[in-house]
Amino acid sequence: MLSIKGLHAKVEEKDILQGLDIEINPGEVHAIMGPNGSGKSTLGNVLSGRPGYEATGGSVLFKGQDLLELDTEERAREGIFLAFQYPVEIPGVSNMEFLKVAVDAKRKHAGLPELSAVEFMKLARETSKRVDLDASFLKRGVNEGFSGGEKKRNEIMQMMLLEPDLCILDETDSGLDIDALQVVADGVNSMRDGKRSFIVVTHYQRLLDYIVPDYVHVLAGGRIVKSGTKELALELEAKGYGWLENGEG
Amino acid sequence: MSDFQQQALTLAAEQQSPEWLTALRARGTDVWSTAKWPTRKTEAWKYTSLNPLQTDTPAQWASVDDCAWQQAIDPIALDATRLVFINGHFSREHSSELPAGVVRFSEADASQQALIRQHLGTVANTGEHLFVALSDAWATDGILLHVPRGARLEKPVYILNVATPEAQPAVSSQRVLVVLEDNSEAELIEHYVSGSEKQNLFVNSHTEVVVGNNAQIQHYRINLEQEDLLHVGGVHIDLHRDARFLGFTLAQGSRLKRIDYHVNHRGEGAHLGLNGVYLPRNKQLIDYHTNVEHRVPNCTTDEVFRGIIGDSAKAVFNGRIHIHQDAQKTLAELSNKNLLTSPTAEINTKPELEIYADDVRCAHGATIAQLDETSVFYLQSRGVTRADAVRMLSFGFINELLNEVPEQAIQDYLRPRLTTLFGESPQGDELGQMRYE
Repeated sequence: MLSIKGLHAKVEEKDILQGLDIEINPGEVHAIMGPNGSGKSTLGNVLSGRPGYEATGGSVLFKGQDLLELDTEERAREGIFLAFQYPVEIPGVSNMEFLKVAVDAKRKHAGLPELSAVEFMKLARETSKRVDLDASFLKRGVNEGFSGGEKKRNEIMQMMLLEPDLCILDETDSGLDIDALQVVADGVNSMRDGKRSFIVVTHYQRLLDYIVPDYVHVLAGGRIVKSGTKELALELEAKGYGWLENGEG
Repeated sequence: MSDFQQQALTLAAEQQSPEWLTALRARGTDVWSTAKWPTRKTEAWKYTSLNPLQTDTPAQWASVDDCAWQQAIDPIALDATRLVFINGHFSREHSSELPAGVVRFSEADASQQALIRQHLGTVANTGEHLFVALSDAWATDGILLHVPRGARLEKPVYILNVATPEAQPAVSSQRVLVVLEDNSEAELIEHYVSGSEKQNLFVNSHTEVVVGNNAQIQHYRINLEQEDLLHVGGVHIDLHRDARFLGFTLAQGSRLKRIDYHVNHRGEGAHLGLNGVYLPRNKQLIDYHTNVEHRVPNCTTDEVFRGIIGDSAKAVFNGRIHIHQDAQKTLAELSNKNLLTSPTAEINTKPELEIYADDVRCAHGATIAQLDETSVFYLQSRGVTRADAVRMLSFGFINELLNEVPEQAIQDYLRPRLTTLFGESPQGDELGQMRYE
């Protein structure tokens, strides 16, 4: 699914990723943890092609093709989805319109016909129910006036509608209470179908009680310094990151 | 006297006008011919040059052309009393039967003439706007909308002003007078439009509105004209006790478009609500000047203007609110937001609050921004192309004001036309439909 080798990236002239390697197979859930400033969010932004996040070395293959050569929207259509840490508010653009344009773009790319307005609205309403968002949110401006939890659920709803192959959750759990976290996790878990892969970037082990990863990686100083299974997350919770940042990992 | 001032007087002399308008014409002529021609040093015209009138001075009245326009122009699908003017000439053929209270000046009976003489030229102030003097000097015909005490105009009045190309630069004039007696209600839509062919018309158009005690008007002024047309005009409003003026205006096109709103709060409890949108592109220039005079206590003003300026276009917004010493307990808000979509686009915005009363609540603000790149990226990260993202974000910037337009037919008319300004929508109509769901 995704093969990252020796990835270097800089943000505003500052080297953030310094030789990151990761291999993700279809159906796997990889958690990426690490202290603040380790480059966790940079990884998601580089993979989705955010302007200002420049890959300066290494390679990223996604489903066999060179991901770094694609524009942001092409990556999305190919099946990359980034759930934002801070979803953007866009007043004046209705959630429904935005979602329809996005879903149609994806379908067109896959050679499928666009959905009619009626078909789409039905689908959108069903999907909003799955993340416990009232259908009235579809009519509102994108994320406009949404609470923190509503924004994150809106991200998951977009993910469900776009059916990506690789979902990157960028600190989706930060700022959520347990109930909201449960809804988000249920949504994510419902999308685990053995083929779709996930990168779950988080600062807190708590999320991994709900979304149980296959692998846990620790990112520090722009590299993966330790990898393991879900037990590693518990160890990190107990011991902190200090023992890894100083040692050889 | 400048060339255009001189030429305008010659054109006035060619007109046939009713005897009962002679005094108004003479007064206008007097002000017009003695006025100093505005230059860039004249504060009200600081950013808006009148040079196009001097370099290509129109020397004739526009002609009657009553067939060609129909292929090029769709009227707004309103259930309304429609009056069609082509290059300033009334077209009976394309207009509705006029109900009682809606009459052309040229067909006014004695009592209507008296009403026109009582009000025409009293709301619009030649001292505030030189082109009101020109409108007075050119006064021959016009439309009177009169709603008697306690009555409600059954249907909206829709004045469709169509411009068609002329062989030589030409002028046209439009004048509307609305008199709403106490407790009456009306809706008026003024729509200025042309085909997409190159236009060489200069339009001078002024509307005066007298809103009596506890009366209400819903007013629209929609200017969608091809970009070579020149248009100067204004809406001049007197609000009496508890009167309400609810307005929406939109402007697109013209290399010189200047529209003024002058509002007088003359009676306590009066309310002005005015939303405006301007969308100049290419080398167009759109200038809105609004001036609200709070002369008495307990009145409210809520004014919101938004502009998107693209290419090498230029916009001017000057919003003045003047709160006189006696106007205690005034509530006034003015907001102006601008979006520049090109590095060569220009906006000159100046909100002006002048407050001489000490117990008022007023807020004003102006912002200028470029498209938010984080929002563009957010949309792109969902597979939306950059072009679509820019179109959606630009439209979104004004969509909030369109959503507030009470007349659904006007929303339906504007949406597809405005969406295409920001690039072709892949499925424009369908999306337009979805916004109403």
